[in-house]
Amino acid sequence: MFLAPFLAIFLIFTAIPTVLAVSASLTDMSARDVRDPFAVNFVGLDAFAKVLGNPSFQGAFLNTIMFVVLCVPLSMALGFALALMLNRGIRRLRAFFRAAVYVPVITNIVAAAVIWQYAFSISGPVNSSLGALDLAQPNWLGESGWSITLVVMMGIWRTAGTCMILFLAGLQAVPEEMYEAAATDGASGLRRLWSITLPLLRPTTLLVTVLMTVSFLNIFEEPFLLTKGGPLGSTRSMALWVYEQFGFGNISASMAGSVVLLVLVGIVAIVQFRMLRPKH
Amino acid sequence: MKTASPTRLALTYTGLIVITVVMLLPFVWLFFGSFKTQSEFFSNPGAWFPEAFQLGNYVELFISGGFGGYMSNSIIVAVAVVAGNVLFSAMAGYALAKLRFRGKGFVFPLVIVSMIVPYVALFVPQFVIVVQMGLVNTLTAIALPLLVMPLSVFIMRQFAHAVPFELMEAARLDGAGESRIFFRIFLPLSGPGLATVGILSFLAAWNNFLWPLVVAQSQDTYTAPVGLAVASQASNTLNFGVMLAGSMIVLLPILILFLFLQKYFIQGVATAGLK
Repeated sequence: MFLAPFLAIFLIFTAIPTVLAVSASLTDMSARDVRDPFAVNFVGLDAFAKVLGNPSFQGAFLNTIMFVVLCVPLSMALGFALALMLNRGIRRLRAFFRAAVYVPVITNIVAAAVIWQYAFSISGPVNSSLGALDLAQPNWLGESGWSITLVVMMGIWRTAGTCMILFLAGLQAVPEEMYEAAATDGASGLRRLWSITLPLLRPTTLLVTVLMTVSFLNIFEEPFLLTKGGPLGSTRSMALWVYEQFGFGNISASMAGSVVLLVLVGIVAIVQFRMLRPKH
Repeated sequence: MKTASPTRLALTYTGLIVITVVMLLPFVWLFFGSFKTQSEFFSNPGAWFPEAFQLGNYVELFISGGFGGYMSNSIIVAVAVVAGNVLFSAMAGYALAKLRFRGKGFVFPLVIVSMIVPYVALFVPQFVIVVQMGLVNTLTAIALPLLVMPLSVFIMRQFAHAVPFELMEAARLDGAGESRIFFRIFLPLSGPGLATVGILSFLAAWNNFLWPLVVAQSQDTYTAPVGLAVASQASNTLNFGVMLAGSMIVLLPILILFLFLQKYFIQGVATAGLK
């Protein structure tokens, strides 16, 4: 059977774990129970009550929402601007620009975090350049406002390329004749963007919005590697909170937190299908 | 295509150049920083360029940093993951696109839905399962969950739809069995799909971080990113030179592949996004 190897791995490492995650969130599972996972007690929604009432989880929840609200529009705007610039008018170096913006997407996150830590260290190249321009040299990694800024900037840096590629694919599906017809009718560039490009790009825009929202709801590596969630939990995301609880051995709390995240992601996905369906 | 006015063209190029330079700056800092000596980071901290291009950081990385072992672990895992994805997802894609069987209508939606499950919800149960299998702290455990990815199956299914049915029917009439059709007709016609899957799964294996971090519990099973992360979190005063050299080494294979196979990288994202 051609499907067997895939199904076996899919069941063992995706389907069953999903069920296990939800079931573990209803028990009092702790690190001790990892070797004997059936020796746990069913406690219903206790873990959820504890998690939702936990100030550090609430903080992580708000931080995550803030990352989504800041990173999604900014990386989409940057990706869209790049796609527009690459799609119209220019021929030279097109492939080069596209590749250059895409490189951060494929960059290993640990390596990227090391570079960013170095670049934004107290006396690293960023601050020395700011100093040369007589500007303030912030403590990027040590002050909460700046470390949030840094996580957001790194998030945008890593995802703008993906947005650009998806918008480029969408733009290439817009028929050239529509622009020519509009140009003959005397429509300005901005008018064409507003009346032709944006409406026709609606499905792409929705898709990118959802992909980016889901990916920033799950944001983990940037805060984990760059700031360890600090200072004082100011950059701790929900995914990072889930990881930390696992580290502390609070498996049931960790899983309850991840189920809350799963529900949020599920809501986003359902809204996506609702919005995309009538247009298809 | 309409040609833009010279002013607009100049503006577009200026915009693109500025954004590209900003996006690539971290790599410039990485490159120069990796050749600085440890004392340079203290004596002349803000300088962009090293005083001399010395290879001390790279030497230290491999001699006392154990990076050779981490790299070979990463390579072993990546080779296994690429081989697994190319073969298994081609098989699954072929079955989902070209064969009729019971439960077919159920499998594909399940795979799509599973793609939204946040990874942080999966790694703890995956860890419990690996503990039960007695595989903790092995390279097998690091590679196993990635041997087939739903995304690879999705991509191969898309490509499989494009392979004409007539060829298979003709072969079937000539008495060829399913596996012969798969290996002799389907696989040779799926080259671009296999390349896309190969690249994507290489990237997923090479850049995988959280799972190897959880499962690799001693230095002899660390992959390169885990070795790098553990080293960078262990020392309070980061030895930037060595860490940057490590980042260079981790990035180099991806960058070289990207240089040659750009088309497949970008095709992968476009297909994955347009599901």
